[in-house]
Amino acid sequence: MQGNTACAEGALAAGCRFFGGYPITPSTEVAEQMALRLPKAGGVFIQMEDEIAGIAAVIGASWTGMRAMTATSGPGFSLMMENLGFAVMTETPCVVVNIQRGGPSTGQPTLSAQGDMLQCRFGSHGDYSVIALCPASVQEMYDLTAEAFNLADRFRVPVFIMADEIIGHMRERLIIPDNVVRTERKALKKGDLPFQAPDDLVPGFPVFGKGYGVHVTGLTHDERGYPCATSPTVHEELVKRLVAKVETARDTIASCDIVNPEATKVFISYGAPARAVQQLLHDLPRNDIGHLRLRVVWPFAESLLAMFPEAETFIVPEQNLGQVAREIDRHTDRPVIPVPKLGGALHSPAELAGVLEGLR
Amino acid sequence: MTYTEWMREDRLPHIYCVGCGNGTVINCTLSAIDTMGWKKEDTIFVSGIGCSSRAPGYIITDSLHTTHGRALAFATGIKLANPALHVVVFTGDGDLAAIGGNHFIHACRRNIDLTVICMNNMIYGMTGGQGSPTTPVGAISTTTPYGSGEAAFDLGGLASAAGANYVARWTSYHVKELTHAIRAGLESPGFSFIEALVQCPTNYGRRNKFREVMDQIEYFKSHALLVQKAERLREEGTKIPDDMFIIGELVKRNRPALGVQR
Repeated sequence: MQGNTACAEGALAAGCRFFGGYPITPSTEVAEQMALRLPKAGGVFIQMEDEIAGIAAVIGASWTGMRAMTATSGPGFSLMMENLGFAVMTETPCVVVNIQRGGPSTGQPTLSAQGDMLQCRFGSHGDYSVIALCPASVQEMYDLTAEAFNLADRFRVPVFIMADEIIGHMRERLIIPDNVVRTERKALKKGDLPFQAPDDLVPGFPVFGKGYGVHVTGLTHDERGYPCATSPTVHEELVKRLVAKVETARDTIASCDIVNPEATKVFISYGAPARAVQQLLHDLPRNDIGHLRLRVVWPFAESLLAMFPEAETFIVPEQNLGQVAREIDRHTDRPVIPVPKLGGALHSPAELAGVLEGLR
Repeated sequence: MTYTEWMREDRLPHIYCVGCGNGTVINCTLSAIDTMGWKKEDTIFVSGIGCSSRAPGYIITDSLHTTHGRALAFATGIKLANPALHVVVFTGDGDLAAIGGNHFIHACRRNIDLTVICMNNMIYGMTGGQGSPTTPVGAISTTTPYGSGEAAFDLGGLASAAGANYVARWTSYHVKELTHAIRAGLESPGFSFIEALVQCPTNYGRRNKFREVMDQIEYFKSHALLVQKAERLREEGTKIPDDMFIIGELVKRNRPALGVQR
């Protein structure tokens, strides 16, 4: 099955019943599969007038309690930024798939890139934190998309599938599990205020149409949900909680593969470049070469770096100019070597071996 | 029930200026809704950004106060995901016709089952009186200090052309007619668009020779031309003065609609 199709199938298996989006290469197959499958699964597919409207419709649908998703690529992702900030501020669970292509601007519509990794983390205005998953196989396009809905519901944040054109358009064998684990959205308790946060910092969700009478606004709001945009304390406490609910859980959200934890030279990868590292380790089975493959890039769990206590160097191949390498660099005193690759081609294992040679 | 039971009283006092027309429209809307026999828990208010869009915050039901211009896209998601809900959108001329213009056209085209009430004050009120797509030619605003040189949008005409099932225009003077029109919109399947011309004494009136609140309301009364009369004048070949505007029920039809509960 193709990666994009597997992504849609994973969403359906997780109970996603709403898709709002706009066609854009190289993500369109996700929308097409949802258009084919959702009506027969009792769900709703709607092609909106642009990506701004796509994510807006998804957020609206989520407030009715539905699991909802959109899929896009670079230019559409840029258009979604304001409403993604709205989803963060209103704590609306939703899943956004970005099949990354070469940018800036229209760039390379049909070729792979990972240039939106920092945009995903910081692209909307104001301080916030989100969750980003990076599949490196067709199987993970299915599995991680399904898991994205659990994380979105558990933390009430937008969760991103930050895939790339290579993984989105790759065809591999997919094993469809009999069922996927589903963590339900926690309901608002009777007597609790709608934005009153319990110990886990995530308020219960008041589904529209159930008599909660909740006012939801993108303005800074108090625990009642009422606009309170001029109090420095209310704003500071709200924004700090929105960040803390994700960041304090980063070690439990983290998911990765670790190869050769005793290694001194450690590759850190996510998405398509992971495949080149895996091939290199297959061709060059040496105990001094390790691999940390991140399935979750945001929130970045720096504790994972300590899984390689002997590490002397971290090598980070990315299809951008070193976006996640920069994040790794600020968490370690060991040298971090970015291996940037632009233009759409994947790093070759020989290229990565060349980096190792350069270390000597 | 009375309409006051739909108010979220612990949110008062509201943000509207003395003499603002928005309260009249909220009052007419809640009065119309109250006659529908709808339950509060089945009714959702959605809005964008601007003075008009603060209205859902003063109403007791579930409500979504969204981003500038995008209310119709959010409302589309809510309505399609749960067609059993009654979804009412409050918007303004800047929110709907400028930044949200594309969503407006497409919501009309889809004829999605929403009732959309536009408080058209012909100005950006909340940001301090900048020109909007409905600012009349020659009108003074902070961004048209020498008079607006652009043609104003005919929102009702736009909604009609784009496919809405129900379109009406009234003003804050025509309280009973406006209430009836909103009621007709709530009853109609498909996209219902009710434009309410409202006075903005703070940011429109005082710059445009409406020294008192009542001056602009009197203007609405004296310059409104009922759609039936306008048609008669056209048939007679009589020219309609440029400063007159058409009010009344502009469209009522039954095109196939989206999001209607089966």
